[in-house]
Parts: sequence; C-alpha cells; structure tokens
Amino acid sequence: MDKLDRHLLNDFQRDFPLVPHPYAALGEQLGMSEAEVIGRLAHLSDQGSVSRVGAVFRPHTVGGSTLAAMAVPPADLERVAALVSSYAEVNHNYQREHRLNLWFVVTAPSPEAVGAVLADISARAGLEVLDLPLLEHFHIDLGFDLKWS
Amino acid sequence: MELSDRDLALVSAIGDGLPLVERPYLAIGEAVGMSEVEVIARIQAMKEAGIIRRFGIIVRHHELGFRANAMSVWDIPDDKVSEIGRRLGDSPEVTLCYRRPRRLPDWPYNLFCMVHGRDRPGVEQAITDLIQRHGLDGHGHAVLFSTRRFKQTGARYGRRKAAE
Repeated sequence: MDKLDRHLLNDFQRDFPLVPHPYAALGEQLGMSEAEVIGRLAHLSDQGSVSRVGAVFRPHTVGGSTLAAMAVPPADLERVAALVSSYAEVNHNYQREHRLNLWFVVTAPSPEAVGAVLADISARAGLEVLDLPLLEHFHIDLGFDLKWS
Repeated sequence: MELSDRDLALVSAIGDGLPLVERPYLAIGEAVGMSEVEVIARIQAMKEAGIIRRFGIIVRHHELGFRANAMSVWDIPDDKVSEIGRRLGDSPEVTLCYRRPRRLPDWPYNLFCMVHGRDRPGVEQAITDLIQRHGLDGHGHAVLFSTRRFKQTGARYGRRKAAE
C-alpha cells in the first residue's frame, strides 16, 4: 500500500463525487487516471481494506434494524455464529467477551421483518435473543480517520 | 422526505456499493430502471434529507491495522443519558454512540459506544480517558472487546433474500 492508496482510503470517505465519472474526479485530485483509480480500488477491495463505495444510511429511516445479543454455550458458538451469519439480513456478527458472547446487527425492509429474523434465529438456535434497538443516536458519522503516521 | 418504491429499489441496489466501472451511476440506473441523472439526483436528495449520512469509501478497520475494538457500555440514569451520550458521541475516540434499552436482569446498560484502536491497550486507555473526562466513574460499566469477527458487510435493506 503506497501513499496514493492511503489518500484514496482516507480522503473520500464522505462527499464522494456525484458526477457521471466519479473515479475520474478522484483521479484528478490524486494525479492519476480514472483507470488507475478503478484498478487501485479493485485491488483494495480484493485485499479487504475497502468494504465498498457506498452509503451509510441513517438508522431507522430505511427499513428497520436492531442490535441483537445471545449467550451461546462456548461449545456451540461456531455452529450458532455460522447460522446467524447465513442470514442476508445480518450484516455484522461478532464474538465479544461477555456472558452475552454473540452480537449481531439485523437490517431488513421493515421492523416486522427484523422481528421475524430474530424469532427465526431464536427458534433455530434454541436460544434466547436479546433485542436492543436503537433509541437515540449521538454520533455524527464523518468517516474513520485512519491517522496515517 | 418520503421514500418512494423507486427510491427503495435504488437503496437496495447501492447496498453492496457502487460498481467499479467508469460510469457507476449509469450501471446502477440500468439495474433499477433509472437514468444516470436520476440516480445522481436521488442520492443527492437522500443525502440532503439526512437519510444517507455518509456517501463514500467505506473502509474495513481491521484490515487497515485497527485490530482492536470494544463496545463500551454504561448504565446512565434516563434523565442524564442524552446529555452524556451527546458528549461521548462528540469524542474523537468514539466511532458510534447510541442509547438502547436495558433488558433486565440480563443487560443493565443503556448507553453504547464503539471504540476502535490499533491494539487492546490503546482502546483501554481511550476508554479510561473517556471515563475521566466525562466523570463517568460512578456508573455501572462494562467493556466488551470483540474477539472474533464472523461477518461484516453493508446493510441490506432490499427485499429479503432467502437465508441458506
């Protein structure tokens, strides 16, 4: 990863150009061609550094979402985590250090659809699922400063 | 702003991100039956309405060396949680800050902050600083480091795909 990759990753996390040739607009700022920008982003995506070029939606304005937690017996964690990850509606799924050791985010077209996914997971895993929907959010998302040193 | 069915189709189509082609908005438009101009205008309108909070390159912290993340939670009295939440949400160490319901007796915490860092000591120090700076010492508190990431993708608001 070189300096130009770092600029690509850090400098365009918000206000991505809404013009017909956005990658060419990035290239102009970085002094490279449109093809090179596309090639570098493809490479960074393949490597896993870039999740996507896209939108972060305000919670609860488009469909429904929630944070859910389960206390999974350690011996079953692998199996239950795989079950949870298999749902297209689950977009984050982490093990955490707590008795409630599996934490995941569910997003779906409606709050009812979110509830249905939680109920389905609970039934198939045979475990209680804690539903912790967002009540208020306090952070303005400006992207993630990578603080390259 | 009310989202039309066409908007919802667009939201779904950009859920996995823009394609890496010369004219990505044109390609998205072809998938949902909109012109390139309309795709750009609808995304702009959703940004202005605050429905899209951020539009750009979304990085994966872990792959970029931010290998530690903790969910830091507090039990804050209901009449104080919004004010403390706003202060924590403005702190540079905090990448997400939400109020969520308690679920007694399993879960007594109502304020959730995500803190990312390059390593565990860095995250622990950041949380210690937050507690001192915001006078949170007396409140019930837990720190849940993530020990494994099973899945991380963009949110999908589109029509339900069958789970395997």
